[in-house]
Amino acid sequence: MDDLILLLRRNARASSEDLAKELNTSIEAVNAHIAKLETDGVVLGYHVIVDPQKVPGSPVTAAIEVSITPERGGGFDRLAHRISRFSEVQSCFLMSGGYDLLVIVEGQTLQEVATFISEKLSTIKGVISTATRFRLKAYKENGVVLTRDPLPERLAVSP
Amino acid sequence: MTLKKHIANHVRDIPRSGIRDFFEIVQSMQDVISLGIGEPDFHTPWRIREAAIYGLERGHTGYTSNLGMPKLREHIADYVAKHFHVHYDPKTEIIVTVGVSEALDLALRALINPGDEVLYHEPCYVSYSPSVALAHGHPIAVPTRVEENFRLTAEALAAKITPQSKVLMLNFPCNPTGATQTRAELEKIARLCVEHDLVVLTDEIYSELTYDGAEHVSIAALPKMRERTVFLHGFSKAFAMTGFRVGYACAPPILTEAMMKVHQYAILCANTMAQDAAIEALESGAKDVEMMRKEYELRRNFIVRSLNDMGLETFKPLGAFYAFAKITGTGLTSREFSLQLLDQKKVACVPGPAFGASGEGFIRCSYATSLEQIKVAMERMAEFVAELKK
Repeated sequence: MDDLILLLRRNARASSEDLAKELNTSIEAVNAHIAKLETDGVVLGYHVIVDPQKVPGSPVTAAIEVSITPERGGGFDRLAHRISRFSEVQSCFLMSGGYDLLVIVEGQTLQEVATFISEKLSTIKGVISTATRFRLKAYKENGVVLTRDPLPERLAVSP
Repeated sequence: MTLKKHIANHVRDIPRSGIRDFFEIVQSMQDVISLGIGEPDFHTPWRIREAAIYGLERGHTGYTSNLGMPKLREHIADYVAKHFHVHYDPKTEIIVTVGVSEALDLALRALINPGDEVLYHEPCYVSYSPSVALAHGHPIAVPTRVEENFRLTAEALAAKITPQSKVLMLNFPCNPTGATQTRAELEKIARLCVEHDLVVLTDEIYSELTYDGAEHVSIAALPKMRERTVFLHGFSKAFAMTGFRVGYACAPPILTEAMMKVHQYAILCANTMAQDAAIEALESGAKDVEMMRKEYELRRNFIVRSLNDMGLETFKPLGAFYAFAKITGTGLTSREFSLQLLDQKKVACVPGPAFGASGEGFIRCSYATSLEQIKVAMERMAEFVAELKK
């Protein structure tokens, strides 16, 4: 992978100056590279990883297994796009196995999520069934373990 | 009784370690950012730790064969053949040790008669000279110079060879300089070793950590060298397994057998759970090694640029995880620089002379520390250097 992407994936807030030093290049070159990645649609956005347990009023999250009827010509795409456009939907994946779409939904309350599923999602023509699993606790997200390991204990100076 | 006079002369004569002195000062202070640490800051990859736990769970806690678990030795043979292009028989030519330190000690004790001369390049790892002395040999330092990127040249080596010379110790990539050796230079050194019938102990513990696509060449792989070389390697650096204490030596059967005599009576065998972990490391650790190597490479870029920007001339090392910065421009000695930096800015770097007299004028900055810490340390150091100039 592109070294710059590697560094941005690790810390999207790293300054151009620091990135330039790590990549052994100039600040201008880093800025130009980032601009190009954004224009080309390689980098689509920058995210923050939050421990929801530490933020009061964190949203309720559910993973919904959705079975849908594929359509002639489009397969699952049209329905999947339609579902993806709801702002409540955080992620939507086509899956192999017992159901078709895995839809991650966020809402302020359990009630809000339940209402979205029963009134919006289930009623879409072509949706055959839904099975909802609410998230209880996060242990690791996007490669980040949420309970931090203490730093390794090392001698202050060693040969 | 006066115990002091009972201490063996060759032990008494070994000076106190410069690192230990410095460690005690750092230890007594709060909030120090240490660039003085010679071990990875990464946790041992979880798969490897998990393998050690699994070994415990299944009661794998007895002694192993003196030479080490047969399966581990087979994996080591494959790994050394693949990465270093030298083939060793796991049954008779590989011995698993308690870190490379033990392997080095075994080799010296197996080879040295009192008075034999052991050559090594300097600045070097702190244990080389004392280990030779403990084996009743004469340590002979061959200084390396920043002008040659701290490579050992055949000319410098030849100047120190005498009829008493028996062993040459090599450590590339090098702690503390980060120096690596080119194939051409190694070939010249190899010819000297053949000519003067020297045995080579090559400590290649940092060999996985090379940068900018630099090729790592083992002297053991050069013509006529396998028969006179003890290849030393281990898991501490590349796999971040320092506390597991697993290393190994590969050498022709006669030498392995001689080292084995010392090992079996002094140590018996390396730790069993650690050997289980080492097997896992060789089976599945390559991805983690590459991830850490890449991280070190980026940090190296950052720290070398920062040191040069603040006016401390630093050559760009192609291996290990140390930057060896020249501080003579400040008018201070290495020790003065390190102590004042520690006192005023709470950043710890190891004074060069801890690695031998030819380290004077340099400090060792380890980049086996998170980039965040390195950034703060570099800011503080830049302030310190700027204030010195006023």
